[in-house]
Amino acid sequence: MAGKKIGVLAMQGAFLEHQQALSRCGAEPFLVRTASDLESAQGLIIPGGESTTIGKLMKLFGLDTLITERVKQGMPVWGTCAGMILLAKEIADSEQPRLGLMDIKVKRNAYGRQVESFETDLDIVGIGKTRGVFIRAPYVEEVWGEAKILSTYLGKIIMVQQGNNMLGTAFHPELTSELDVHQYFIDMA
Amino acid sequence: MEEKGTFKVKAGLAQMLKGGVIMDVTTAEQAKIAEEAGACAVMALERVPADIRAAGGIARMADPTVVMSIMEAVTIPVMAKCRIGHFVEAQILESLGVDYIDESEVLTPADDKYHVNKYIFKVPFVCGARNLGEALRRIGEGAAMIRTKGEPGTGNVIEAVRHIRMVNDEIRWVSNLPAEELMSAAKEMQAPFELLQEVARLKALPVVNFAAGGIATPADAAMMMQLGCDGIFVGSGIFKSGDPMKRARAIVAATTYFNDAAVLAEVSRDLGEAMVGIDISSIKPEERMQDRGW
Repeated sequence: MAGKKIGVLAMQGAFLEHQQALSRCGAEPFLVRTASDLESAQGLIIPGGESTTIGKLMKLFGLDTLITERVKQGMPVWGTCAGMILLAKEIADSEQPRLGLMDIKVKRNAYGRQVESFETDLDIVGIGKTRGVFIRAPYVEEVWGEAKILSTYLGKIIMVQQGNNMLGTAFHPELTSELDVHQYFIDMA
Repeated sequence: MEEKGTFKVKAGLAQMLKGGVIMDVTTAEQAKIAEEAGACAVMALERVPADIRAAGGIARMADPTVVMSIMEAVTIPVMAKCRIGHFVEAQILESLGVDYIDESEVLTPADDKYHVNKYIFKVPFVCGARNLGEALRRIGEGAAMIRTKGEPGTGNVIEAVRHIRMVNDEIRWVSNLPAEELMSAAKEMQAPFELLQEVARLKALPVVNFAAGGIATPADAAMMMQLGCDGIFVGSGIFKSGDPMKRARAIVAATTYFNDAAVLAEVSRDLGEAMVGIDISSIKPEERMQDRGW
């Protein structure tokens, strides 16, 4: 069986790391920069990076409405860090452009500046133990509606799933050698 | 177990900056323009390189008030420069909470032999390089990100091109050497042996490598991306131009769509005046910033 075709949004950020992790899982990843790139995607990852940069570029090149439509039709989407911020309906203290698909409120740079960035061991519902790398990371302040909490760390929500097609992580599985979260997303697609 | 300041966490922020544009800014207002235009980070400075070059004298770390006002103005990462070897400027910048320190040849070196020991800091460092040996010496000292040096403050991309081509040539060469030739190659390139082995295995640098030093147009940025850089630093090129917001937006779009000539043509239109450039041969050897660093 051929691997699933998973797109990685390549506006800005760590898109190549996701592409490599997906390849190692046996999927067929490719980079998404245009509307036609998006057409063949069976799933989409929005990578970590700068959420304001990615959000502005998505809007400027018209990808935001296309992605929103596809996700509403059921295409699986996973946002890591900046990607999760862009998926959130609410962003604390910010009016920045977003997709606004997940029933969550996120706080940007919630742990502080880069010197407060950290890595640690996590436990995720349905996945188990994994290593989490948090870079100027957000966390989820509130969930409602369809959003379900998959993991917390020291009382803060750091992974959320909504229905069977939306996933958000505050941390970066693509920066570790572990593939369990990527495999979990591929199975959703 | 929770760990801060690990190499993974330091290099990780550079990975998140990839495909983006880091812009030099000297005021909170400029920082807001950069953020609004889509910069993935800003470099807080007292003067942009073109003005440092024009002013002469000793260029030092920016006043903490300047750095802090820029940190308060934007939500994107803020970098700042310390002088080569000036570990106390680095300590001060770390205590201010900047997200990255650029140990930079743009400022006047504070030490004629040694760079900062970057391992003992929690804040990550980026350093300039003209060739693979220099890049690996900086990584060997703990740098978590590399950039080409180019020739800062000139608006002339030729030196940045020369440096990325040199690094790429040397990576290709090292990647094809039989194992027994690597030690002599390390000796010749003045590169740490273990890091050279890693480059040969990865066929790439072990950290992110941005372009810097002379990038002034969307086409310059896209050229550096097509040559294999991971992202772009623009120093004087934006705020020394006629329409900084428009040019900044265009360079951000050009860095994402670096392989799409139609987009590059569109964003390159009507940008107003670019910064005035300087021919490299007109710069006296002792005034060339790229030769600073050991």
